[in-house]
Amino acid sequence: MKFFKIIALISVPLFFIASIVIYVSSHNAQVFNSAGIIASKEKSLILFSLFLSLFVLLPVYIMLIFFSIKYRADNKSSKYSPNFGSSRIVESVWWLIPTILIFILSIVTWQSSHDLDPYKKINSSTKPINIQVVAMDWKWLFIYPEEGIATVNAIYIPKDTPINFELTADAPMNSFWVPQLSGQIYAMPGMNTKLSIMSDKLGVYSGRSANISGEGFAGMLFDVNVVNQSQYNNWVKDTRLSSRVLNNTSYDQLAKPTENVTPFSYSFVSPELYKSILYKYNATDDNMSKAMGM
Amino acid sequence: MIEANLLGLLNIDSFRHDLIQNIGVAIMSLSVIFVILGLTYFKKWRWLFKEWLSSLDHKKIGIMYIVVAVLMLSKAGFDALIMRTQQALSVGNHHGIVSSSHYQQIFSSHGTTMIFFAAMGLMFGIINLAVPLMIGTRDVAFPWLNSVSFWLFAAGMILLNTSLAIGDFSGAGWLAYPPLSELQYSPTVGVDYWIWSLQIAGVGSLLSGINFIVTILTKRAKGMNLMKMPMFVWSILGSMTLVTFAFPVLTATLALLALDRLIGTHFFTSGGGGNPMMYVNLIWAWGHPEVYILILPAFGIFSEIVATFSRKKLFGYKSMVWAIWAIVILSFTVWLHHFFTMGAGADVNGFFGIMTMIIAIPTGVKIFNWLFTMFRGRITFSAPMIWFIGFILLFSIGGVAGVILAVPPADFQLHNSLFLVAHFHTMIVSGVLFGYFAGIVYWFPKFFGIRLNEKLGKIAAYLWILGFIVAFVPLYALGIMGATRRMDHYSASMGWQPLFIVAGVGVLIIGSGLLAIVAQVAYSIYKHLDYRDKTGDPWDGRTLEWSIPSPAPSYNFSVLPTIKKPDDFWDLKQTNRKVELNYSDISMPKNSYLGLFISAGAFSFGFGVVWHIFWLSIIGLILIFSSIIIRTLDENTEYIITKESLIRDDMKFYGEAK
Repeated sequence: MKFFKIIALISVPLFFIASIVIYVSSHNAQVFNSAGIIASKEKSLILFSLFLSLFVLLPVYIMLIFFSIKYRADNKSSKYSPNFGSSRIVESVWWLIPTILIFILSIVTWQSSHDLDPYKKINSSTKPINIQVVAMDWKWLFIYPEEGIATVNAIYIPKDTPINFELTADAPMNSFWVPQLSGQIYAMPGMNTKLSIMSDKLGVYSGRSANISGEGFAGMLFDVNVVNQSQYNNWVKDTRLSSRVLNNTSYDQLAKPTENVTPFSYSFVSPELYKSILYKYNATDDNMSKAMGM
Repeated sequence: MIEANLLGLLNIDSFRHDLIQNIGVAIMSLSVIFVILGLTYFKKWRWLFKEWLSSLDHKKIGIMYIVVAVLMLSKAGFDALIMRTQQALSVGNHHGIVSSSHYQQIFSSHGTTMIFFAAMGLMFGIINLAVPLMIGTRDVAFPWLNSVSFWLFAAGMILLNTSLAIGDFSGAGWLAYPPLSELQYSPTVGVDYWIWSLQIAGVGSLLSGINFIVTILTKRAKGMNLMKMPMFVWSILGSMTLVTFAFPVLTATLALLALDRLIGTHFFTSGGGGNPMMYVNLIWAWGHPEVYILILPAFGIFSEIVATFSRKKLFGYKSMVWAIWAIVILSFTVWLHHFFTMGAGADVNGFFGIMTMIIAIPTGVKIFNWLFTMFRGRITFSAPMIWFIGFILLFSIGGVAGVILAVPPADFQLHNSLFLVAHFHTMIVSGVLFGYFAGIVYWFPKFFGIRLNEKLGKIAAYLWILGFIVAFVPLYALGIMGATRRMDHYSASMGWQPLFIVAGVGVLIIGSGLLAIVAQVAYSIYKHLDYRDKTGDPWDGRTLEWSIPSPAPSYNFSVLPTIKKPDDFWDLKQTNRKVELNYSDISMPKNSYLGLFISAGAFSFGFGVVWHIFWLSIIGLILIFSSIIIRTLDENTEYIITKESLIRDDMKFYGEAK
């Protein structure tokens, strides 16, 4: 009876967790289903630290279950030492084992923090594309400064090309997140943050804001379309035919709070627009150059 | 910015709400009316004021903390239920049961209430109950200050709940990051309610922190040097040290945000030279230690429980003390891990990532020490022990998730996702709450003189453990699937809905666990004749609180104990050592209504500032300061209990026991 109870107590949660794992793996687990070199490195980092943690987790579970059964009060045959309260050797072991594991993980942490620094540009023979990102109430504006075009709530990028994002906000803090391509970076008013990514797989990947920014926050969704180079060139050409232009007047129009905005594009963007959005929150040139990281 | 209008910003629209809010207001007002009617019918008003509201007895203050905290736990639990319902339904073309702005108020209020008024309330309640008894003293160092702390806590709680009926609450999350929480983006009074309820309760917490540090350092029984203190007392000393250093940071940060909103300064605004990132740093410089403020007492409770129910000395006492102080110091060096994604640069992120992992070492040591306390013990699986098992099982998983989140590039992918939400709920629910529940079950007989029903207690623990797994494992999974926190709506194509529904079922199971706890207490009180604790030592305990009668008399110890060994009471029982009882007259603090006045003053002040009714704020301040002056001038604050009545009480209890 007791045996049956213990088995039930252990197996019911395990069965539940297993079915959740099966569900997740049969659907789009975006963080693990990476389509970019940054995301896939981040994924292996998550799995590696999980693996290392198991060296502490498993002994804890095994001891917990084993001690609970062996030293239960009605098992009089087991040894009872009520005054066994310290042991230098045993205690040194628990200070030592986690210390070693954490030491290993610390090295990995230091290296990966530098290797996967979002500000670090990705090395590649292909010429990178720059995209300026503005988080707004409640949509994303993406400016392609070299192409002179802009989109709202949609990004088109070619495969195997490094993309350098610069991000700011004309709204409360937001967090730019495309789980299948890379981790997050904050987009903040008056600040210029950076993120570099590169996709190695054609497809459409969903992105969103991960930081609460007001009423329309849940609708700040956008798709990242990873296409091949010729499709990308065609897309740029088509976008230039769009009737909309983005100047100060139409920007003020766009800046009014709106929710769940369907994607659209601008054929022309005034070149100083991104700077002027940043500048809005920084009254002096000195602050300005700091904000731009110059 | 003095308003011409006597009622400040308050007008008839402040009372208009949607259906779900009205239901909430109705439930709240009905419960208040019900309590008032009950008190009138049973003629208990005098009793309430004389015995409870004016009491300076640390045990009664502790019980009042716990009553308030349980109410707040249920209220914030309802918030959780609404959130889970919303997220289970609000998919694709459906938009759920609440609007997005209301949804945002609900999750902000859920987090704020749970941390500041449920968890902190339970914590201060348990500390008040147990610490003086465990160190063998008759009261805390500053009994009146203790009552003021409680009443400030209560005033903050009432102010926060007023926002449900009058005006609205903050929708900026439980930490209200600017610029969203600035006037520009949150023009209503919601954020002001958030600021001032925390400000008032926060001052109370700081005063409590100081009070308990002084109590532990100066009021210990003769012979109890620091290394003979029970581990719970050590962990409270650590936690209160954190309170004393961290809460002033919160007070200052909230004051700056309040100035931004009230008189138009630019500390944290996005323009005008303000810097929101400064706020994020400051709030987490308080916020991270806060996590350890809550968890250390729970660690302390488990240390007592695992030793008592294994009938064995706590393993690695010295290691445990070192681990506590390592955690205290390290917890001030990790705050930046809450915003690795702000772009601080690789060196800074790397440093804070490593510091965060280092803090896992002392925590791991504590877990191993608890397990080795069980080793070669004689373990009885009473309800507190079931909570302990649940704690180790779940808390370890939360710890693994925490170590993963400490690696900055891994955090880039998991930050602000439901994985993060699941992680900190694992720490706060299975760590903090399970610990406090275990503590309440463990110490209940000491304060009420009755034991709690074991069966219902175990059912409650199993329901919480099961409910927790069902509610939060799906959230870990949803985080991996890319779901962020705080969404009131999402698209159907993500495949998230089934997991949200399962999580909702989990919340229902947790809710039934909460009901089981209520049933356990109610049934045990109903059957109090069968459950009476006649010995004062129902668990065969180890520490001083079990050496006195149950329920503990108002003066705690008729004769103050002298300590020879750690776990002195256990040693006393094992060796049949005899204790000499030299009775003498003692003096105890008299009741005082001034705490209540200060509370009323603090509430008026807060409400006045929130609504810009400044004459009300000034009246509140006058009330507070005149109460303090009156107390300072009062020299007649104690009363005498005679030697004879002490002997009579002891004879009565121990006579009956035999």
